[in-house]
Amino acid sequence: MDEARALLEVKGLQAWYGESHILHGVDFSVREGEVVTLLGRNGAGKTTTLKSVMGMIGKRTGSVLYEGRETIGLTSDRIAHLGLAICPEERGIFASLNVLENLMLPPQVRPGGLPVEQIFELFPNLKERITSQGTKLSGGEQQMLAIGRILRTGARLLMLDEPTEGLAPVIIQQIGHTIARLKQQGFTILLVEQNFRFASTVADRFYVMEHGRVIDAFANADLSANMDKLHDYLGV
Amino acid sequence: MFNISTQALFAQLLVGLINGSFYALLSLGLAVIFGMLNIINFAHGALYMVGAFCAYFLLNVLGINYWAALILAPLLVGALGMALERTMLQRLAGLDHLYGLLLTFGLALIIQGLFQNYFGSSGLPYAIPQQLTGGQNLGFMFLPNYRAWVVVFSLTVCLATWYAIEKTKLGAYLRAATENPTLVRAFGVNVPRMITLTYGFGVGLAALAGVLSAPINQVRPLMGADLIIVVFAVVVIGGMGSIMGSIVTGFALGILEGLTKYFYPEASNTVVFVIMALVLMVKPNGLFGRA
Repeated sequence: MDEARALLEVKGLQAWYGESHILHGVDFSVREGEVVTLLGRNGAGKTTTLKSVMGMIGKRTGSVLYEGRETIGLTSDRIAHLGLAICPEERGIFASLNVLENLMLPPQVRPGGLPVEQIFELFPNLKERITSQGTKLSGGEQQMLAIGRILRTGARLLMLDEPTEGLAPVIIQQIGHTIARLKQQGFTILLVEQNFRFASTVADRFYVMEHGRVIDAFANADLSANMDKLHDYLGV
Repeated sequence: MFNISTQALFAQLLVGLINGSFYALLSLGLAVIFGMLNIINFAHGALYMVGAFCAYFLLNVLGINYWAALILAPLLVGALGMALERTMLQRLAGLDHLYGLLLTFGLALIIQGLFQNYFGSSGLPYAIPQQLTGGQNLGFMFLPNYRAWVVVFSLTVCLATWYAIEKTKLGAYLRAATENPTLVRAFGVNVPRMITLTYGFGVGLAALAGVLSAPINQVRPLMGADLIIVVFAVVVIGGMGSIMGSIVTGFALGILEGLTKYFYPEASNTVVFVIMALVLMVKPNGLFGRA
């Protein structure tokens, strides 16, 4: 891989939740404009990897370079201002905020975010419900809100944690289209997915995680050649 | 038509409204602090007292009048609060409520003890500002101007605070950070700074109540200790962390206390606690509390 063009470069990342050691040296990189997916079984450390890159984990060591800049010593609010944003697995919609307030909550960190009109164009459902309480939305709408609100901020690297979890096929399809469109617009996306079929339709490359480490990597083009191995890794 | 007893009734209602103003300002500060810091701020009464003493010193040492004290005392006490938060309370983040309660209780005892050591237990007089002396004869009762001012001003401050928290962008940050500080921080908001400012604002409200109270109740080292127990009952009844709940409950219980003083004076000191016990049995999260 062309190292010079890596937008995000993670080396030897270790992370702890209190006493428990979750990540044991994670290595991977994401190039500008790519969609990269982390695969792996439950508990492999995928979510923890995203949170660690974002600085949301209490203790982390190793190296996380963003645009060539070391972020391992920074707090998550400083990291956000470099242009990273997360859409967490539990979606993190705020119950005490309405839809519009939820959407407008994350502050602008850099110029070049999507205008609100364009977010409503991507997710028309949201526009009809701007005064509803955030958590009164359906699961799919909450997911759209969770993705939509980080598109405004000017962040260029979007980390989406299982955006299709628990959603109906038609909404999964809509989220797939959205990811494709965001990629077209130049966003870089780091995805965590259990839904391998979905991931294979949107991702350029895959990393496989197990026991807090990256154990394998391949491009979408080599997918069929790696199918057997993948079934082993994921136990499907 | 208006005999002595109706006059007495309205007089007690007014006392109730005044007390309600202090309950509302103090429980509002407690609610804001609890929401954001998860700390039951037992130092609140002591800082209310410090606010009153600030006004006293500003006037008697520096010759700064009531109106300036109304702004300066909350700022000074707010700054003191932020220093306490940065040096002590911050270390308790993530621990059980009990630790914050014990720490702030200890702080309250120290602050009150220091003031008692220097000023004893008797009250120091603080004059009503000249512009607010006198009163209005409303026919059915005599309304002192200063008391009317306290009620109107407290209500205005409470409603402005409610508006700022529930309807503005800054308030949206506050509400969101109350729910999920980690995520709000990951969006790029400096949440620790927000927490410090919130504590400063909450105790600033207490200091404001202290300044308002100085011309009515005199300035005494234990003025907060006496009040804060009732205020905590108000907070429990309204529901910890509810903004409008603490305002409504504060005024309502003040009025209820006043009415009790008129109809059944023997119960006036206990009525708030009886209601607290009833509310705890029926609705443990408080009347306005979210589960």
